[in-house]
Amino acid sequence: MSYSTIRDRFEPENTALQSDYNRPNTLTSGHRACQGCGEATGARAVLDTAYRATNGNLVVVNATGCLEVLSCVYPENAWQVPWLHSLFGNTPAVAAGVASAFKIKGMHDVRVIAQGGDGATLDIGMGCLSGMFDRNDDVLYVCYDNQAYMNTGVQRSGSTPAYSRTATTLPNAKYFGNAAGTGKNVPDIAMAHGIPYVATASIANIQDLEKKILRAINIRGARYVHVHVPCPLGWGYPPAETVKVARLALQCGLFPLFEAENGILVASTPIDVLKPVEEYLRLQRRFAHLFGKNANPEAIKMLQQIANKNLEKYRLSGGLSDV
Amino acid sequence: MFQVRIHGRGGQGVVTAAEMLSIAAFLEGKYAQAFPSFGSERMGAPVAAFCRISSREIRLREPILEPNALIVQDRTVLEPAHALEGIAAGGYVLINSPSPIGLEFDGLDGVTIKCIGATEIAMEHLGKPLPNAVLLGSFAAFTKKIKIDSVIEAIKTKFSGTIAEKNVAAAVMAYEKIA
Amino acid sequence: MLQQLEGSRAMAVAVGLCRPGVVCAYPITPQTHIVEDLGEQVRSGRLQNCDFINVESEMAAISVTIGSQAAGVRSYTATSSQGLLYMMEGIYNASGLQLPLVVTLGNRSIGAPINIWNDHSDAMAMRDAGWVMLFAETNQEAADLHIQAFKIAEETCIPTMVCVDGFILTHAYEQVDLPSQEEVDDFLPPYNPKMQLDLAQPQAIGTMVPPEYFMELKYEVHENQKKTVAVVERVGAEFRKKFQRHSGGLIRSYKTDGAKTIIVTMGSVAGTLKDVADELGDEFGVVSVVSYRPFPTDALVAALRNATNIIVLEKALALGVGGILANEIKLALGGSGQKIRSIIAGLGGRLITKALLKDCILAHDGDPELFLGLRHDCVNSLKK
Repeated sequence: MSYSTIRDRFEPENTALQSDYNRPNTLTSGHRACQGCGEATGARAVLDTAYRATNGNLVVVNATGCLEVLSCVYPENAWQVPWLHSLFGNTPAVAAGVASAFKIKGMHDVRVIAQGGDGATLDIGMGCLSGMFDRNDDVLYVCYDNQAYMNTGVQRSGSTPAYSRTATTLPNAKYFGNAAGTGKNVPDIAMAHGIPYVATASIANIQDLEKKILRAINIRGARYVHVHVPCPLGWGYPPAETVKVARLALQCGLFPLFEAENGILVASTPIDVLKPVEEYLRLQRRFAHLFGKNANPEAIKMLQQIANKNLEKYRLSGGLSDV
Repeated sequence: MFQVRIHGRGGQGVVTAAEMLSIAAFLEGKYAQAFPSFGSERMGAPVAAFCRISSREIRLREPILEPNALIVQDRTVLEPAHALEGIAAGGYVLINSPSPIGLEFDGLDGVTIKCIGATEIAMEHLGKPLPNAVLLGSFAAFTKKIKIDSVIEAIKTKFSGTIAEKNVAAAVMAYEKIA
Repeated sequence: MLQQLEGSRAMAVAVGLCRPGVVCAYPITPQTHIVEDLGEQVRSGRLQNCDFINVESEMAAISVTIGSQAAGVRSYTATSSQGLLYMMEGIYNASGLQLPLVVTLGNRSIGAPINIWNDHSDAMAMRDAGWVMLFAETNQEAADLHIQAFKIAEETCIPTMVCVDGFILTHAYEQVDLPSQEEVDDFLPPYNPKMQLDLAQPQAIGTMVPPEYFMELKYEVHENQKKTVAVVERVGAEFRKKFQRHSGGLIRSYKTDGAKTIIVTMGSVAGTLKDVADELGDEFGVVSVVSYRPFPTDALVAALRNATNIIVLEKALALGVGGILANEIKLALGGSGQKIRSIIAGLGGRLITKALLKDCILAHDGDPELFLGLRHDCVNSLKK
């Protein structure tokens, strides 16, 4: 499915649950997220979809991080679902335990979603995540990727892009932000485990996100959905532009949308209007050092190459091109 | 209290021998405590295991330093493992050896030594050089501290099917050879 | 039924009789035989309605059980030494979430230097984690304590650890009287969670708690721990009544009436010490601490009241400080004027023999702190 035309969105099968007045309100208003928080937007879309699909037979396990802190500080709680937070690095294992318990209790209709940010998922929780994939535990794990440790003040994670400025990859005369050639691709790692379902999604394409969650929630075994969620604070753009930034990440090819089953790529979303990465980068203060008086065109070229590789690897070309 | 120390090499069933001996004693209504020399020995390294037998509850947890009986499953560990160290006066030493071995016990009265070709008997019955059950059969005849019927039952507790049968046959043969 | 079997096996059977719904296994010496046996119980169908999960680390082992217990199912795992340290974040988390897990700790030293043998360093590393910690003297008690542990944990919402000496108990064959399923069912009711992930009444478990509430919540848990002294004692008494055996309770006194010297200890070494006390005569007694957490201050003060010499023998050490149990006993007896000596013994599996113990106990003028069997020649050569 292509995603950006207004016409598409009015077709009944493409109407987002998020636009339904009667949507389940799993993450209710009054929580403490920053204005324009991509993660809160993503989490509500994911859980509303799962809640509707399971008829409320849904339990959520949450890693430590922004999503946990913004949603419930005792004695308040914005979650309308049974929700458990244990630690930062153990969420996949905790969720596996929850799933096991409902199995033993004979409550086979109950679905378990584990969720966390990129730090919880691919850095500190990687061992437990791999264990969950390895055992094919009956858990849908959703990673909300905002590409750094935002909760602690924007430090580098394994998901921080090349050349990005974080509090621990400060650019100066010698360094241009985060080192190129580092980081890890968790959807690929998930696919390498051969689990039943892996997908990437974005809050810039809620319809696509909801469809993927709907698919994922109805499969049994270990499932992984990686959602791209821009962070106005950490990335340095006005809160009103979260969706715009997210959409440009899709349109330049830096964040590919695809689905994989049992380790094999089965579908990807072609880009209808291809944009240069520069357009995406220029919106964000975390890449500001690549432009201006100490500009680094080589770095921009390198990021464009990463996007180009994605176009090829995930077969994203096919639409119009601005490049 | 009757204390038995068993020496051999990793893979020869030394620990199992101590466990079976404790089961045999338990079956006779006695208190028994069996435990290995704790460690991470690999196959072929010298190992030891211990078994205490008593008519009263056994509370002592130290290794057996002054055994009333020794079972040496592999004669090549006699020296490197200091296998004979601490043997009590009047003690029994049972060695897996087809031919007699001369041993000296300074100032100790009444230590009796018996040699039996347990590996050969094991090969004959099991086709494998596992002398532990065989030696327990001979031990029953040699020390008379445990009945052969109890040893047979203990073997059947630890093993099942044909392996149990073969071990029992081997133990009984060893018992009869000495009795 | 009275049986001659390995300690690990006896504990596994006892745990199985408690009908856990989730058991996690991750190997570490010397606890491994316990989870191996539980795995066999599940695969053979002897333990029904139980999910046996092979996990990838101790952190996962404790985390899976945190999840399953939070979802309302009785959950169990076992560990030792480094494994306990690796799951330590989860250990504190489980008690903070008030999840009544039961965990067996096959006591083993902590590296570096790496060492697989028995001492109590691992248990002492979690002494302030808010768990109930029970120490077994024999394999009979080790088995019995597990049955009591589930009851104590579920009644108090405090996770409970049963500490058993690695190798010395876990690998020892001795006779153990194992109860029937009916007897255990009668003693331990099905798990009725006081809080769980409930679809009918959704609530958030494990939220962030700000300074305005944090201290009150910790105070509540602290007071709950103190009240648990009575629960441990009562459950021990109930067990005694039902099974006609002395297992559990707060402390165990041996020959303390009229004893001038009392040796205080924990775990299996109490057995050897009882033999030593017998040989030394009427003036010597032994007190073993069964419930290390909650700490049975009143019971200890009462048991030690009439002794003039108190010797605390323990298999752990606060480096640079001294005996841990010894310091807690000193605190409990504060100002009593009794002479208290500390003996550190058996670190990293060092031999503890009757002969060494006798020498050490009889050395009245000995140091206030002594390392049993310390090889001074070796210490001197290491200095070089």
